[in-house]
Amino acid sequence: MAPALSLVPIRLSDDHPEMTDDSQPDADRLLGLYHTMCRIRAFEDAAEEASRGGVSAFGQTSGTRAQVRGPLHLSTGQEAVATGVCAHLRRDDWLTSTHRGHGHTIAKGANLERMMHELFGRASGFCGGKGGSMHIADFSVGMLGANGVVAAGIPIAVGAAQSMRVQGRDAIAVTFFGDGALNRGPFAEGLNWAAAFELPVLFVCEDNRWSATTRTEAMSAGEGAAARARGFGVPALEVDGMDVAAVWQAAGELVARVRAGDGPRLLHALTYRFKGHVSVDPAAYRDPRELAAAMNDDPLLLAQGRLRELGVGAEMIEARMWAAREEVAAALASAEAAPWPAASAAFEDVQDTGSGRWFS
Amino acid sequence: MVQLSTPGEEEGGARVMTYSEAAAAALARAMRADASVVALGEDLGRGGIFGQYRGLLEAFSAARVIDTPISEATIAGSAVGMALTGLRPVVEMRVVDFALCAMDEIVNQAAKNRFMFGGQGRLPMVIRMPIGIWSASAAQHSQSLEAWFAHVPGLVVVCPSTPQDNYALLQAALASGDPVAYFEHKELWATQGEVDPAHTVELGRARIARPGRDLTIVSWSRTVHESLEAAQLLAGEGIEAEVIDLRTIWPWDRETVEASAQRTGRVLVAHEAVQVAGFGAEIVATLAEHADALLARVGAPRAPVGYSPPLEAQARVGATAIAAAARRLARRGR
Repeated sequence: MAPALSLVPIRLSDDHPEMTDDSQPDADRLLGLYHTMCRIRAFEDAAEEASRGGVSAFGQTSGTRAQVRGPLHLSTGQEAVATGVCAHLRRDDWLTSTHRGHGHTIAKGANLERMMHELFGRASGFCGGKGGSMHIADFSVGMLGANGVVAAGIPIAVGAAQSMRVQGRDAIAVTFFGDGALNRGPFAEGLNWAAAFELPVLFVCEDNRWSATTRTEAMSAGEGAAARARGFGVPALEVDGMDVAAVWQAAGELVARVRAGDGPRLLHALTYRFKGHVSVDPAAYRDPRELAAAMNDDPLLLAQGRLRELGVGAEMIEARMWAAREEVAAALASAEAAPWPAASAAFEDVQDTGSGRWFS
Repeated sequence: MVQLSTPGEEEGGARVMTYSEAAAAALARAMRADASVVALGEDLGRGGIFGQYRGLLEAFSAARVIDTPISEATIAGSAVGMALTGLRPVVEMRVVDFALCAMDEIVNQAAKNRFMFGGQGRLPMVIRMPIGIWSASAAQHSQSLEAWFAHVPGLVVVCPSTPQDNYALLQAALASGDPVAYFEHKELWATQGEVDPAHTVELGRARIARPGRDLTIVSWSRTVHESLEAAQLLAGEGIEAEVIDLRTIWPWDRETVEASAQRTGRVLVAHEAVQVAGFGAEIVATLAEHADALLARVGAPRAPVGYSPPLEAQARVGATAIAAAARRLARRGR
């Protein structure tokens, strides 16, 4: 990486007492992780294409033809973080996400077709067309929702973990948040709370270096997510968030500790957002060399290289991406054919008490 | 201190208790009946700063009566996570003024979760946010912000005025399965009254606190008591005021209010909150559209509550002010 670039260097400390297991994912496991990343990439590429002209922002005016409308926050480039973490979760573990949550949702096991239906605003989407991309969720796999408010998922995950404690259940909670969330109060509150009550929560800072359209580094004091966690007595690891094997390994260690009842842990994954803040944002505010350097470390390319090193044939690797693209093409086709929600659905699931009373 | 029944014990008959004891007894009953009911907030282990949780830690456990850090956003936000994963949390915000530190969690998260995610989850939670002037507590501990919450789809808004209602409405709020913004009044904690545990109240149903034929005073929370006192003053002058305790301001009991308006032809809404954009405006506007009655409202001036007694007095909506507004209304159109 060119030294002119101001990316925060990835500091992989060699002093990680909790990294007891240096085993890497084997070829089968890595191929599975790669396939999940392919599915996320294919889903978001297709959603991006379907969103053209779908929102008025960054000098663009929305038309009526776009299938995916409104702000679409893409996690392209960040797939390794969602994939490497969620591979360690059970279906009954809880997950809260961010506005950039497609990857987390897919990695937690949500049906990709119903996700696409939701982005298309159809009745058959996970939220019946009420949420769209920013509120994508599949509670049935423990994915408690993307969130339109930065850091808002953190207290929800903390509460889910406390709820498991009260109910004597052994599920854990994981919360993804971005580097921008470090500067919101709920991050500090939630981290302190989880530590004070020794709750089973894994905090995952998905550090893509950008707080919307502003460089996080310029806005943030101190040494970052892991350092802040350690300030609360929460053990933390920093990991190369472009390397799915590294994320898988680090997350595996931390999830094991959280599951063992050792209290909360934090994973600081350094990654990069290939796209703008929303799909129509050309991200003209950043140095193109920074993006080029990050794209050299495309998590899919890195995983392909590792798979080849493990002796997996090129055909087998490529087949995963083809399969993902086929799955997404089928989801697009069925989303387009899916019914719109009935207008009456706008008045369903508001509240039970006083339901039907929409005016005074 | 109220004697909380031990687990399994029957509730027994009616007895006199304070507004705060009634709340503790109602919560204790709910916690006995349902292991998923928990309470969380600052200082709950000591019974809450107003004693409204007294005895609960001893009767239950620290896992269910949760003493929290001073982290309002996470108190409300974690309750959202608890509610989504099988608990029925009762959230203590200490005073409504502090709930402003948790507005994202209440308004964007709790109130919208069920709708926004297409009904995948339910948010059975009660958010207790004591309102009102609490003598000499100044601008940040004296507000009545119930109208803010009535504006938010997804929330139920409850304002009990008596020990009986605090008992019955808290039960109803917990049973509703909805996120409920529950406003107790800080100067009502010590008021005493008979509480019959068997008496139930439906959310959205008002109570006629005093019948009368000449005009209707609609109110809630502490101002109900001021309105009753005003009605006494008016009765001495030959004006018979009907006083309606709304109890729930969303949904509010339009049926009862309109029926009363039809009988008396005059409706005054009285509340402690700032009059401008207060919930009285909503009631009066609705009656202007749908009822044939002369209308008026009285609320606090749009100024922060001051500390010094002569300043604080300017923010109070007392019996004298309500009676004066009622007299003006009684004279109109004659």
